[in-house]
Amino acid sequence: MANWGRISSRTIGNHIRKRTNQGFIGSTVDINPSSGSSSALNGGRSVSDQNRRYLNPLPWSRATLSWFQRFKSTVAAKQHDSFLSSDSDDDHLSLDFPGGKVSYTCDMNFISESSQARVPCYRVLDDDGELIKDCDFQQVSKEVAVKMYSKMVSLQIMDTIFYEAQRQGRISFYLTSAGEEAINIASAAALTEQDIILPQYREPGVLLWRGFTLQEFADQCFGNKADYGKGRQMPIHYGSKEHNFFTISSPIATQLPQAAGIAYSLKMDNKKACVVSYIGDGGTSEVSTLTISYFICLLQFAHGYPNCFLQGDFHAGLNFAAVMEAPVIFFCRNNGWAISTNVSEQFRSDGIVVKGRAYGIRSIRVDGNDALAVYTAVSAAREMAVNEQRPILIEALTYRVGHHSTSDDSTKYRQLDEIVYWKNARNPVNRFRNWVQSNGWWSEQEETQLRNSVRKQLLEAIQVAEKTEKPPLSDMFTDVYDYPPPNLEEQEKHLRETISRHPTDYSSDIPL
Amino acid sequence: MFRVKYVFLQFVCLLQEKKEREREMALRNIMGKRVGIGLMGSRALSTATCDVESGSAKSINLYSAINQALHVALETDPRAFVFGEDVSFGGVFRCTTGLADRFGKARVFNTPLCEQGIVGFGIGLAAMGNRAIAEIQFADYIYPAFDQIVNEAAKFRYRSGNQFNCGGLTIRAPYGAVGHGGHYHSQSPEAFFCHVPGIKVVIPRSPRQAKGLLLSCIRDPNPVVFFEPKWLYRLAVEEVPEHDYMLPLSEAEVIRQGSDITLVGWGAQLSIMEQACIEAEKDGISCELIDLKTLIPWDKETVEASVRKTGRVLISHEAPVTGGFGAEISASIVECCFLRLEAPVARVCGLDTPFPLVFEPFYMPTKNKILDAIKATVNY
Repeated sequence: MANWGRISSRTIGNHIRKRTNQGFIGSTVDINPSSGSSSALNGGRSVSDQNRRYLNPLPWSRATLSWFQRFKSTVAAKQHDSFLSSDSDDDHLSLDFPGGKVSYTCDMNFISESSQARVPCYRVLDDDGELIKDCDFQQVSKEVAVKMYSKMVSLQIMDTIFYEAQRQGRISFYLTSAGEEAINIASAAALTEQDIILPQYREPGVLLWRGFTLQEFADQCFGNKADYGKGRQMPIHYGSKEHNFFTISSPIATQLPQAAGIAYSLKMDNKKACVVSYIGDGGTSEVSTLTISYFICLLQFAHGYPNCFLQGDFHAGLNFAAVMEAPVIFFCRNNGWAISTNVSEQFRSDGIVVKGRAYGIRSIRVDGNDALAVYTAVSAAREMAVNEQRPILIEALTYRVGHHSTSDDSTKYRQLDEIVYWKNARNPVNRFRNWVQSNGWWSEQEETQLRNSVRKQLLEAIQVAEKTEKPPLSDMFTDVYDYPPPNLEEQEKHLRETISRHPTDYSSDIPL
Repeated sequence: MFRVKYVFLQFVCLLQEKKEREREMALRNIMGKRVGIGLMGSRALSTATCDVESGSAKSINLYSAINQALHVALETDPRAFVFGEDVSFGGVFRCTTGLADRFGKARVFNTPLCEQGIVGFGIGLAAMGNRAIAEIQFADYIYPAFDQIVNEAAKFRYRSGNQFNCGGLTIRAPYGAVGHGGHYHSQSPEAFFCHVPGIKVVIPRSPRQAKGLLLSCIRDPNPVVFFEPKWLYRLAVEEVPEHDYMLPLSEAEVIRQGSDITLVGWGAQLSIMEQACIEAEKDGISCELIDLKTLIPWDKETVEASVRKTGRVLISHEAPVTGGFGAEISASIVECCFLRLEAPVARVCGLDTPFPLVFEPFYMPTKNKILDAIKATVNY
């Protein structure tokens, strides 16, 4: 038994060492600390070979691989094929099965349910926003950094003001991205406009980055006639064809297999673009008695963030993307809470990052509150996705500072001091500001100006949105199909007759 | 008057299993309405090519007709894809034979065994302007995809304010009794989907109908669920034009003229109903038989016109009677034609049990059950 162990680990170890330089184990990152390329916005970064370095986020990869065998899939990347094809003297140790060759062992060993150590988390800035020594990261120009920071601040303010608007009864619902500003903005900054976004619902910062205006956000929240969604969905269910941001839907994780299909289409069209599908906070709100009048059919899955990974669609999405070799980045916002359900009640694995390997997907765990780390990881992931035509999984660890939504009061199930800690000491916006300021790119004065300006714009946008007419009644009946079938025409006619008989049953703000 | 030959093969099944239901089929001639003509009012759901009669036609079975439709679809649209479990080698019912060889693995491919993935993936493909033709191996297995179909596909256009749509999605699935299918190879789940605004549900009755309807479904700018009567895959043979043609959606067809009672059905059940009509005629009852074809949005106008003529209606489907689509038709007819009706609306349907194996003959809405109901309705 020991005999096999020695022989196989020696020869397989050799294989691994040979393969390391071909990026078999780790992910590749373009490190270019000296160049501050300003074309970063459009993702036109060229990857020069001499700057290419290999990060190995899996500390146990080499040793573990010696006994953690992979099955060869029929469409596995060529490097896997060469790994598994053995030298002639190993033939007597391998078995042929559908799926490829596999070594056998007479030792009955169960693979442990968890590895010795958790997968480490990639970060670049410390909690105070100082660059950690000798960290690999993708440098950003002043222009990009300032834009990123400004958008993070805008997102913060937007969240605060819309949340307040809901509390005042001006909009029916809202949910914030508090604590996840770095994820929102930095991930968007690392992409191009051609990359297609399939959001969950806590990523409005991606739209903000791409130029969706505060007015457009407000219009959707107020469901007025300027809302691209024509007033049909609840607030925060944004969508923008112009910005390649698919309309948000409440069900959790449904966008994941769709992302695989969209990515496959890009692949067929040879587009140099990828899909980024966000997942994280799952489930829509448990309705409180206060807001129950606004919600009719809300309660879907009372689970939250990583329960989306328990959704079959997570499995479907990742598996399809892997098998179809589709260029999609699955970006998971692991923020610790699924409404009131803590991670400890969600799964027994080491978070989400370890699930990638189960699908043959390259994965990384990153500090979601570190804008530079998120930016770097997404840049690298995008490059791999597009150039190698493969899916990538990114797990960004973060914390949901806000309540799940305006229908939730999270102090009921978690400690207030925990929330305050994350809000202050681990704040991604402060952290990034420190770094930007330390580069001499930002000042207190600009901070005040920005905050005032955004706040003012938002209040104006809300005022305008509130006064803007609602969509006409006919918008209820259009777009069910490409055009209304006879039964809908009949129902509209009948409804209008009813309205004329009982006008007081209906609010006057919907034009007939 | 154009005669459509609708041929059923006489067939006695002797399978490896001990018990096999004997099926009677007879040669039939059905006088049918000229197909493919006329767009009703403002509807331009699909552009029907009018001349189904022109060009050569060959006698083929249902799975071959579907296969032809898929070949045409992929040939005429380079952005069409066919995918699902086992479609690559030709599929478990041979509907996808030859496609992978002809159009390549990038366009015709197997998927992992995951219905929600198949449909979700298909929605994504369709959302990018492609024609995504997804196969669910048996309608009995469509339920994991129910969320994607109902919450996503059906609402994709509406919720986005028409910024996005997945109209290019067509989901095909074999449905219905096959004689030995039991719980999980015999289901007729159409009623679940008929309750969902935003999708269409289409069910062909024969090879010629299947090819034309499927092409319409594929080209229709709305997501469609297309149920294929598996019982007819091999057993129904008909002259099917070899060229590209489409049949209109949401248009019911009167396939037998009559004056005493209107019968409404779809798919494989029509052949059973047809036999009942012929026997009823011997007793002097003149039956009008309507193939609904599209279940949603359904052609109320044609059915209503027929009921106004006959004053009686009977609906028959394999799916369990309670909550079946027959209930919708019945309620609609009563609403519009109450005073014209001479008798209650009759429904002859499957029983409210899971689809049984040895009891299948008892479960099914047979010719005699239908005949009894015809007589009871006429003599009410």
